[in-house]
Amino acid sequence: MLTITDLHANIDGKEILKGLSLTVKPGEVAAIMGPNGSGKSTLSYVVSGRDGYEVTEGSIVLNGEDILAMEAHERAAKGIFLAFQYPLEIPGVTTMTFLKAAMNAQRKQRGEEELTTPDFIKRVRAAADKLGVSQEMLRRPLNVGFSGGEKKRMEVLQMVLLEPKIAILDETDSGLDIDALRIVAEGVNALRAPDRSFLVITHYQRLLDYIVPDSVHVLSAGRIVKSGDKGLALELEKNGYRDYVADAA
Amino acid sequence: MAAVQETVDKVRSVDVDAYKYGFVTDIESDMAPKGLNEDIVRFISAKKDEPDWMTQWRLDAYKRWLTMQEPVWARVNYPKIDFQDLHYYAAPKRTPGPKSLDEVDPELLRTYEKLGIPLREREILAGVEGAAERRVAVDAVFDSVSVATTFKAELAKAGVIFCPISEALQTHPELVRKYLGTVVPVTDNYYATLNSAVFSDGSFVYVPPGVRCPMELSTYFRINEKNTGQFERTLIIADKGSYVSYLEGCTAPKRDENQLHAAVVELVALEDAEIKYSTVQNWYPGDSEGKGGIYNFVTKRGDCRGDRSKISWTQVETGSAITWKYPSCILRGDDSRGEFYSIAISNGHQQVDSGTKMLHLGKNTSSRIISKGIAAGRSDNTYRGQVFAHRKAKGARNFTNCDSLLIGDACGAHTVPYIESRNASAVFEHEATTSKISDDQLFYCMQRGLSGEEATALIVNGFVRDVLQQLPMEFAVEAQKLIAVSLEGSVG
Ligand SMILES: Nc1ncnc2c1ncn2[C@@H]1O[C@H](COP(=O)(O)OP(=O)(O)O)[C@@H](O)[C@H]1O
Ligand SMILES: [Mg+2]
Repeated sequence: MLTITDLHANIDGKEILKGLSLTVKPGEVAAIMGPNGSGKSTLSYVVSGRDGYEVTEGSIVLNGEDILAMEAHERAAKGIFLAFQYPLEIPGVTTMTFLKAAMNAQRKQRGEEELTTPDFIKRVRAAADKLGVSQEMLRRPLNVGFSGGEKKRMEVLQMVLLEPKIAILDETDSGLDIDALRIVAEGVNALRAPDRSFLVITHYQRLLDYIVPDSVHVLSAGRIVKSGDKGLALELEKNGYRDYVADAA
Repeated sequence: MAAVQETVDKVRSVDVDAYKYGFVTDIESDMAPKGLNEDIVRFISAKKDEPDWMTQWRLDAYKRWLTMQEPVWARVNYPKIDFQDLHYYAAPKRTPGPKSLDEVDPELLRTYEKLGIPLREREILAGVEGAAERRVAVDAVFDSVSVATTFKAELAKAGVIFCPISEALQTHPELVRKYLGTVVPVTDNYYATLNSAVFSDGSFVYVPPGVRCPMELSTYFRINEKNTGQFERTLIIADKGSYVSYLEGCTAPKRDENQLHAAVVELVALEDAEIKYSTVQNWYPGDSEGKGGIYNFVTKRGDCRGDRSKISWTQVETGSAITWKYPSCILRGDDSRGEFYSIAISNGHQQVDSGTKMLHLGKNTSSRIISKGIAAGRSDNTYRGQVFAHRKAKGARNFTNCDSLLIGDACGAHTVPYIESRNASAVFEHEATTSKISDDQLFYCMQRGLSGEEATALIVNGFVRDVLQQLPMEFAVEAQKLIAVSLEGSVG
C-alpha cells in the first residue's frame, strides 16, 4: 500500500526527516508514536504533499506509484487523506459547500461523474448521524466557532465521505474527552477495510485502546527507531520515550 | 485647463469649416470626426432628434467641462487621455471591430468558454462585426425575442416605463427634464460633465406611485438594441411607495474598442420608495500586457429624496484596467436608508479605486457599507469611503465594514475612510480588516482534493458571502463563477 524508503526532508533548510523508512500493508493500521518535535506532523505533511517541504532523498510509493512529484490535490484524489492536528477554519464557506466541493473535485480528477445533490445529501446525512454531527453544524461555515472536539469529528466526517485509501490521523485524540474519543474511534473502526490502511499518529497510548493497531512504530529525531506490535505502545506508556530519544541522539 | 482650451481652439481654428461642411450639415453621417467641440455636441443631439432644451443642456455641460480639470486624486495611474483623439459619436454598425473570433484575444475566448457562454453570444461580446445583427435573426427562431416582448407587455400593464433614454426623450420628455441632472448635476465632476455633454444612450426607468415592479429589470433585455457606447446615461425614478430592482451588466468580459468609459447613473427614490441596483461588471482588462483594457470612470448616485425611502447598491467589480467608481447615496428624506454592498476584485495589473459616499442630510437616516476588496497578482485595490452627517441630520447612523483579502505578496490593498459628523447625535461605526489567504488554509483545501485555484476561489467566495447574498439569485451564481475565473493565475 504505502512504502516510504530512506526519506529525508527539509523545511527552511533544516532537515527534519532523516532517513525515515516505513511500510504499511493494505488493511493495516499502523500507529506512529514519538515525543513532541520528533517529526510526526512533518511526516504527515510530506506524505500528503504540502508545499515548502523539500525531499532531498528517498521515495514515497503508493500502490506501486511514486507520488513525490504530485501536488497535494492530486495525492488526495489518489486516496491520501490527512486528518489535521489543527483543522483550519474557512470563514463564509458552509460545511456542506465545502464537503461537496471536495468530493466533486476528487471525483473530477478521477474522471468520475459529479455527485447529484440528492445523492450527496444522502451520504452526508448518513455519515453525520453516525458521528453525532448535527444538521445545524453542517450549515455553519466550516470549523468556524467549532469546539476542539467538534473540529476533530468534522475531520472524521470528511474522512468517511472521501473514502481514502490511506488515512493519516495526526493526533486526532488530542483535545477530545472520552466520549468524543469513542465516537471518533468508532468512525475509524467502521472504515477499516482490507484495501484501506491507516497511519495513526498519537502521543499517547490511550487512543490505541479504541483503535487497536496492527503495528506500532516509534519516531524519534526524524527516523523510525523501533517497530513492534501493540505491546510496544503499552511499554512506551510505562517507560516513556527516554530510551529512544537517547538512542537517536 | 489652459492646455485643453488651447488644443480645442487650435483644432477649431484649423478645421472649423471642414467640420461644418463635412458633417454637421450632413446629418446622415454615421460617425463624427475625432475631437470635441460645440458642433459635435449639437451633432449628437441632432442625431437623436432631441428637444432644444436638451441640446442646450448638453452645450452648457460642454462649456462647463472646458473649465474643468481631470481629477488626479484617485489611486490609479494611467497614460494621459487625449480627449481630442476620441470619436464622440459613432453609429453602432460603424464601430470597427474584429471580423471574426479568429481575430480576438485567445485569452478572452478561453474565459468565455469557462463561463459557458454560447458561441453566438461570444461573438457579440467580443465585438465581432455584424454579430449582433446576425443574432437578432437567429434568436427570432428561438424564444428570447418573445421573452422580451412578453416582458414589455407585463411592464406596460403595471405602468412601468423602461426604455432607452433616447426613446424617453421622445415619449416622456417632461419626466426626463424633471429629473435628469438633479442627482448628478451637470457640474458634478470632470467625467460626469463630459458625459452630460456627449452621452450616447442608456436606460430610463419610471415606476409609478405604489407600484411594485413585477420583475427585475435587466439591461440584458436591451442587448439587441443599439450599442449604448462609451458614455452611458441611466436615470431611474421610483415614485412614492414604489419598488424596483435593476440589474446592470454581464459576467462575460466585454471587449470594446472604446477605451474610456464614463457612465452616469442617477437614481431618485421618492417617499417610501425603494430602489435596489445591482451591478456585475466585468470589463475587458486588456491582454497579458494590459493592452486594450478599459478605463472605467463612473458616476453613480442615488437620491433618497422622500422620507423613508431606501436605495441599495450592490456591485461585483472585476475586469477593467482601471476602475474609478463610487456609487453614493444622498439621504435627504427623514428616516431614509442607504446601503452599499461591494465586491471588488483586482488581478494582474489592474487598478481599482472604488467605494461609496453616504451623505446624511435628513433626520434618523441610516446607512450600511459592506465592502470586500480582493487583490491578487500585482494589482492595487483601494476602498475610498465617505460618511458625512449634516448639522441637521439628528440621529444619523452608519455602519461600515471594510475587509480586504490579499492573495500573494505583490498586490496591495488600501482603505481610505473619510468620516465627518457635524452633529453630536450621529453614530458612526467603522470596522476594517486586512487578511491573507494563509498557506495553511490553502493546503487544507488542497489536501481535500481542490486544486490551488479551486481552493482560492472557494476561500474567496466565503470571504464575499455577505455581499453575494445581497444579489438576486441568478446573479449570485453567475458572480460566483466570475470570481473563480477572475482569480485564475493568481496562485503559484
Ligand atoms: N516551518 C518550520 N521551520 C523550521 N522548523 C520547523 C518548521 N516546522 C516544524 N519544524 C521543526 O520540525 C521539528 C518536527 O516538528 P513536527 O513534525 O511538528 O513534530 P511533531 O509533530 O512530532 O511534534 C520540530 O523541531 C519543529 O520545531
Ligand atoms: Mg505534531
